[in-house]
Amino acid sequence: MESLLIPPANAEFFGMSLKIFGILIPIIGVSLFVYIMFKRILPLMQAQPDFRTDKIGERIMTFLKVGLGQSRHPRFITAGIIHIVIFVGFLILALNSSNLVIVGFIPGFTLPGLSGAVGGVYIALKNIAATLVLFACIIAMIRRGLFTPKRYKVPEKYGHDHTAEAVFVLIIISVLMITDSLFEAAPIIEHLKTGEAKEIIIPGTITWLFVATLKNASQGALQSLYLISYFIHDLVFFFFLCFLPLGKHFHVITGLLNIFLSKLNKGSIKPVKWGISEEQLDNLESFGVKKITDFTWKHILDFYSCADCGRCSDRCPANRVKRPLSPRFISIKARDYIFNEYPLCGANKNRQDKKGDNMLIGDIFEEDEIWSCTTCGACEAECPILIEYIDKIVDLRRAMVDEGMVPQSLQKPLGALNKRGNPYGKLEKKRSAWIKEKDFAAECEVKTLSAKQNADTLYFVDSITSYDDRMILIAQATSKILNAAQIDFGILGKAEKDSGNEVRRFGEEMLFCELKDQNIEAISASGATSIVTSDPHAFNTLKNEYKDIPKAEHISQLILRQLKQNKLTLSPETTGKTYVYHDPCYLGRHNDIYDAPREAIDAIPSIKRVEMTDNCKDKSFCCGGGGLMLFYEPEEETRMGTIRVQMAKEAGANVIVTACPFCMVNIEDAIKTSGLEGEMEVIDLAELIANHIK
Amino acid sequence: MEILVCVKRAPDTLENEITVNKDGTNIEQEDLVYSVNEWDNYAVEEAIQIRDKVGGSVTVVTVGDEDAEEVLRREMAMGADNGILISDKAFENSDGKGIASILKAEIEKGKYDLILTGAQADDGAGQIGGMLAAMLDLPYASLVNKIDSEDGKLTIGREIEGGAQEINEIELPCVLSIQTGINEPRYVGIRGIRKVASIEIPVRTASDLGLDTNAVGDAGAKVKKLDYFIPETGDGAEMLTGSQEEIADKLIELLKAKGGMK
Repeated sequence: MESLLIPPANAEFFGMSLKIFGILIPIIGVSLFVYIMFKRILPLMQAQPDFRTDKIGERIMTFLKVGLGQSRHPRFITAGIIHIVIFVGFLILALNSSNLVIVGFIPGFTLPGLSGAVGGVYIALKNIAATLVLFACIIAMIRRGLFTPKRYKVPEKYGHDHTAEAVFVLIIISVLMITDSLFEAAPIIEHLKTGEAKEIIIPGTITWLFVATLKNASQGALQSLYLISYFIHDLVFFFFLCFLPLGKHFHVITGLLNIFLSKLNKGSIKPVKWGISEEQLDNLESFGVKKITDFTWKHILDFYSCADCGRCSDRCPANRVKRPLSPRFISIKARDYIFNEYPLCGANKNRQDKKGDNMLIGDIFEEDEIWSCTTCGACEAECPILIEYIDKIVDLRRAMVDEGMVPQSLQKPLGALNKRGNPYGKLEKKRSAWIKEKDFAAECEVKTLSAKQNADTLYFVDSITSYDDRMILIAQATSKILNAAQIDFGILGKAEKDSGNEVRRFGEEMLFCELKDQNIEAISASGATSIVTSDPHAFNTLKNEYKDIPKAEHISQLILRQLKQNKLTLSPETTGKTYVYHDPCYLGRHNDIYDAPREAIDAIPSIKRVEMTDNCKDKSFCCGGGGLMLFYEPEEETRMGTIRVQMAKEAGANVIVTACPFCMVNIEDAIKTSGLEGEMEVIDLAELIANHIK
Repeated sequence: MEILVCVKRAPDTLENEITVNKDGTNIEQEDLVYSVNEWDNYAVEEAIQIRDKVGGSVTVVTVGDEDAEEVLRREMAMGADNGILISDKAFENSDGKGIASILKAEIEKGKYDLILTGAQADDGAGQIGGMLAAMLDLPYASLVNKIDSEDGKLTIGREIEGGAQEINEIELPCVLSIQTGINEPRYVGIRGIRKVASIEIPVRTASDLGLDTNAVGDAGAKVKKLDYFIPETGDGAEMLTGSQEEIADKLIELLKAKGGMK
């Protein structure tokens, strides 16, 4: 339809063709954007390799689900819905916005496919989108400015508040929505006046509102509004494009890409350097992340992509107990550091810390901050754009280990692991002392496997369950279950070393490799064709990080299978107690085993089980961490276990069932320190099942 | 500053279950694991920190068998520049004076401004530092928990019974015995030790040092171990009973009564 108003590309202002601006604004805007992006990509080029182009099918699925599907957003319902509206709106509006840019120098241009009926439907859809986006922006501004949720607060040590930037961007988006709609409304009003209007005007949209309010405006006024709204839109559009890579709104550009390139092999830690095999590790000059370009390029992309939403820190148990760690600020501090190191104007800096090198630890990160992480994975389960934290924490720890910066409290257990294969420094031959305890030995025989003594199933006990006076009961319960199910099994005894799950996560890669190699050798000598363990930490590393060993499973999986095959039958629960299941991080979040333990518990006739509804499954709250974390002495206001026990109490439970010896340690301690002895208790899944075997 | 640190390979009490052998003359050696004596490790860390501040070099020396080399490597992985292994069959079963005279012979071959020892060892008698200083006719300070270096002299802190702190000035060259807690020794991982695995460590024998083999080792020892046992548990232990609060109150009372708390 012929417009009655002069289009921007044909308009003149005091004799000067406005087409010049229609051409210049995009040229300058795009050039500036390309320049900024070039500067931003530079650090990625200098960073470490990272292989992210495997498993394309799985990547596409993740992209569709978490990216386009925004699946993580509804977990924080208000912010989530606002985001989904703006996100979907942007996707719809992107087409129209591109079309608008071209209209600046080609009058009446429409993208192929956008003319005719399809175009009409699209424009209607776009108008609804623009209206909803504007509406969402207004709510977001009110929320951000007046009812700021706690998680957006910036603690003093992390710098200034981020509200101004957030509101500024919401205003920019609002201006785009308003000018877009006004530009569209002006010619419609002209058409209405002449009775030629064929456009569909959806009631309630901003366009509709403009048409209604400006229907009596003169043609001159409409012409001015038409041109003014066009050029404001054009200018703001390119300003916004160039503003995005300068702060937290970079995620508009990088977010979807970041999701496509996300880490797929959960539960395993990245190699010291991608492309370098274990045998080649000795040749590496340096380990871990010391300077910023020691991060992989993907990890730098993560920093760029952080939208500062604070969900990670909101869920982080270390942050909750006021340890000096907030995952959000790991990203924000690193991003600001990169922006400062690689400035848009001028030469790249080479910032040096007090010691004269450019170590990030001691500059933007503190040692205690990096040791505070329990690697529970709550942050990663929450991040809507799949930013990784554990690998970065481990890489930073690797650097500290390499430089000898290890707290004294961790040096002893690491030394003991090196010498004795367990963090307590106990004798190797005492590792299997628990099988010889009189009462237990009378009831259940446990073989010690070797090249001469074989069994089908290897029970990998791991250090704490082998040595700790309380945890050996888990080992004995596990053995009783295997015995009752008539499984031919045995243990490695003194040939077993610590699985090394925490050794690796605390950055001692070489020690982990040694422990792993010794275990692999012992496992293959045992002749076992399957492995079972009652320790999720051991399970995690055996399953995800050991190579060339039989398939490992957690005892909860085995119990469930035996129950389904009627090889185990359970007697009814008679205590009248209420049970709640606590998801161990390394069973749940890292390996997606949520249902097997629950089904196993529910298989006990007449048992009463409740859930910690907001804090279960992948929202489980870490008990305080396992392995070496038990030796670390963090600064904190309270213990994670204390909070966890409180959650269980509030859920109405008397008994916390867990499936991990470290959870047992932490929860048992917390029950005592909370003065809840007699009121609350904790039991391992294996113990609970063993107690009910008929 | 040229610094020499005397170190020892000792069984780590934390990582061993110490049992006395049948004759009662020594601890059961089987199943023992060894590491560098903890006090010596603090001394090496202090030496490295002084060197990093004022320049110079750090040498670690030990008297022991070929297994003792592993502790030298460990301390070199930590940052010591050189290692010297003093090893000879004739040195076996030396008493404290014997060890001190062996070390003296080596020290006199070099030129050191500062000689550090650990204040004691897990399995030792805390005597080497003092003897060495006397034999070398050098000033000596024991139980040092703070060192500040200025030209030609050191300001050192010493731990006194009851937790008091004493500050002294001491002239170089001198001998200091180092108390734990003076610093936070850095971690040494497998990787660090592998990096120094190929560095040659010179071995010194009795003849290299010009020592009379009758004056050291078994032959020269004037202190001999007669017996070795773990004392029986006495009756001193008192179990506090009651609720958590009551136990805590009683404990505070006891601690106050015995001067452990003010």
